[in-house]
Amino acid sequence: MTPRVHANPAFPWSHVIGFALSIVFTLIAFFAVTGHALAHRPLLAVILVLAALQILVQLIFFMHVGQDQKPRYHLWLFGVAMFFFVVFVVSSIWIMTFNTPMS
Amino acid sequence: MGDGLANTAGHFFVTGDPLIIGSDVAIVLVSLGIVFVLTYFKKWKWLWREWLTTVDHKKIAIMYLLAAILMLFRGGVDAELMRTQLALPNMKFLSPEHYDQIFTTHGTIMILFMAMPFIFAMFNAVVPLQIGARDVAFPYLNAISFWLFFFGALLFNLSFVIGGSPDAGWTSYPPLTELQFDPGVGENYYLLALSISGIGTIATGVNFIATIIKMRAPGMTLMKMPLFTWAVLGTCIIILFVFPVLSVALALLLIDRLFGAHFFTMMYGGNPMQFINLFWIWGHPEVYIAVLPAFGIYSEVVSTFSQKKIFGYKSMVASIMAITIIGNLTWVHHFFTMGAGPAVNTFFSISTMAVAIPTGVKVFNWLMTMYRGRITLSLPMMWALAFIPNFALAGATGVWLAEAPTDYQYHNSYFLVAHFHQALIGGVVYGMLAGMYYWWPKMFGFKLKEKYGKWAFWFFNVGFYVCFMPQYILGLMGMQRRMYTYPADMHWTGLNFVSTIGAYLMGIGFLFIAVQIIHSLLHMEKDLTGDPWGGRTLEWALPSPPPHYNFAVIPHVTARDEWWERKRRGEQDAFLPRPEAIHDIHMPKNSGVPFLMGLCFFIAGFGFTFGWMVVGALGLLGVLACLAHRSLDQHPDHDIPAEEVRRTEAALGRL
Repeated sequence: MTPRVHANPAFPWSHVIGFALSIVFTLIAFFAVTGHALAHRPLLAVILVLAALQILVQLIFFMHVGQDQKPRYHLWLFGVAMFFFVVFVVSSIWIMTFNTPMS
Repeated sequence: MGDGLANTAGHFFVTGDPLIIGSDVAIVLVSLGIVFVLTYFKKWKWLWREWLTTVDHKKIAIMYLLAAILMLFRGGVDAELMRTQLALPNMKFLSPEHYDQIFTTHGTIMILFMAMPFIFAMFNAVVPLQIGARDVAFPYLNAISFWLFFFGALLFNLSFVIGGSPDAGWTSYPPLTELQFDPGVGENYYLLALSISGIGTIATGVNFIATIIKMRAPGMTLMKMPLFTWAVLGTCIIILFVFPVLSVALALLLIDRLFGAHFFTMMYGGNPMQFINLFWIWGHPEVYIAVLPAFGIYSEVVSTFSQKKIFGYKSMVASIMAITIIGNLTWVHHFFTMGAGPAVNTFFSISTMAVAIPTGVKVFNWLMTMYRGRITLSLPMMWALAFIPNFALAGATGVWLAEAPTDYQYHNSYFLVAHFHQALIGGVVYGMLAGMYYWWPKMFGFKLKEKYGKWAFWFFNVGFYVCFMPQYILGLMGMQRRMYTYPADMHWTGLNFVSTIGAYLMGIGFLFIAVQIIHSLLHMEKDLTGDPWGGRTLEWALPSPPPHYNFAVIPHVTARDEWWERKRRGEQDAFLPRPEAIHDIHMPKNSGVPFLMGLCFFIAGFGFTFGWMVVGALGLLGVLACLAHRSLDQHPDHDIPAEEVRRTEAALGRL
């Protein structure tokens, strides 16, 4: 069941900061691409870095990674998540490389 | 002016086809009938108080089940129409456009709006009871999940009468689904309905992972958990990792269609193949999302009706987890023919075949559980028994399809159609029916009568093989899926005709299930024991249906089949609450906000479908308002006084 609501919860600053950051990163990526701010390859690098930053924002500000060392299953589930994340991204790149020696 | 209006209405409402006009009339009549009955019996308040605002997992389960059976009917009618069209060569029963729409809605509805709510009905009905909890971890979120599913399904079905149905197949591949080739609102309906219900599904995944990990009764270690609960845990882990991928793919395609982006177009740097890749990252694990809960149900049913503990519990758990992981690594076998290189195809060929290993382990464990067991042939057990040979065939043909070189022969042929229907009907539908019969007394407090159920079983089973075995051969003879019709000189006529007869037999089987439910409702045979089958797990220690707080006192679990062990030792009374052990019970309050939030999502979805951005934005504002209301709500919970619990338990004869 839902945990009891505290009478005077502290203002959720971390959520607000995280929310603002994720919007800012999205806007930067969007306008960098639509405005052709950089050449093709540097642009790709920039939006990939922004994507990685988004992941960190989610993990730190919303999922509170690192605030609680126990219990162990957090670590397990996090490991599984990272595993699938890497598999989906890396193999998608691999699958989509047609007609190269790699495929 | 009048002509202009009529013209607009003619585009807005689907008209012309007598089948659709007939359905329109039926929908209006049924809706009027429902309104009349609710008003006449003064049931509106009851509907709002007891159902639309409920956060009780048991009631949400019943609503999911009703929706799933209704959608099974709608998808089933689609199937019968298709089989009628294909019964003979050169048929003109349906128009080509109508046929395209029907195979699209059939697939989408059966997977997303029939199988998914059916498994969620089982999750909700059973998991909290099996682990000794009073509700799920987040009951309010659970209600939101249901209403998002409900309004997503409503939006999808609305396309049938307003604006036109999607018609590019349930996989909705671009570039065909890009605006350029598929104008009109049909695909928008598909994309938005699936996005809305997808949010609900992800929430359900989170909810049940939290429930199973955090809310087990004291003493129930992970390795004492019932196998159905294990299967749900595996399913929810898959949901959590792959449903977001579908959401992203659908959102990108929607942005292409609504805002003129080029993620999946043929030109301007788009790549339609990427949609196919993303779709199947979700699409293949979706098969395991649907079939793992069915495996869990078979484990419970086979063990209960053989009166033996499950053979190889640990290997069952290991195989569930192996399927959870490996099942996510096989998706490319859906597009071996796309032209990826030999290394890619080889890798995914092998990973696909590897899934057959843990599945095989499970089949042998079920067989070994039955071996020398005292088997009772009740309806749940009959469906479980029928499942084994059926699914073995589906698995065997699946391994053939997994071989990349031979897949070039089978790809998109009726061989494939027969294979996945065998996996999804023989695996999932049989499992859900077994689960429905098994837990029906627990959910509703009465048993379903066996007589019509047995008729249903035989019609459906015989019908299944008559319908789908010919399709394997048709596939090898070169008949492709999604064909609208075929010429007479292909030698396909006989097999197609037989297949259609099988489809009708399955339809009769479904009607028998409906008759069985109505007949059992009218001649109700109450289950007063709470344990009609000689069950093994905690849910059978409760009355049927359980009081809304489930357990007056949370039990201490000592064994794997706790209730069975207690019965064996003659200690059933250990589950009766002692009056002094009953305390106030902390429960969530009912709320109408999840329903309203679903409605707001529906309005937003409808607006965006037609490109009415203002309506869409207003709907989303409504969603935000609902979220804000919840955030500011200081009292979402209440306490049931111990005295009231004692009275309820005494009335149930348990005190």
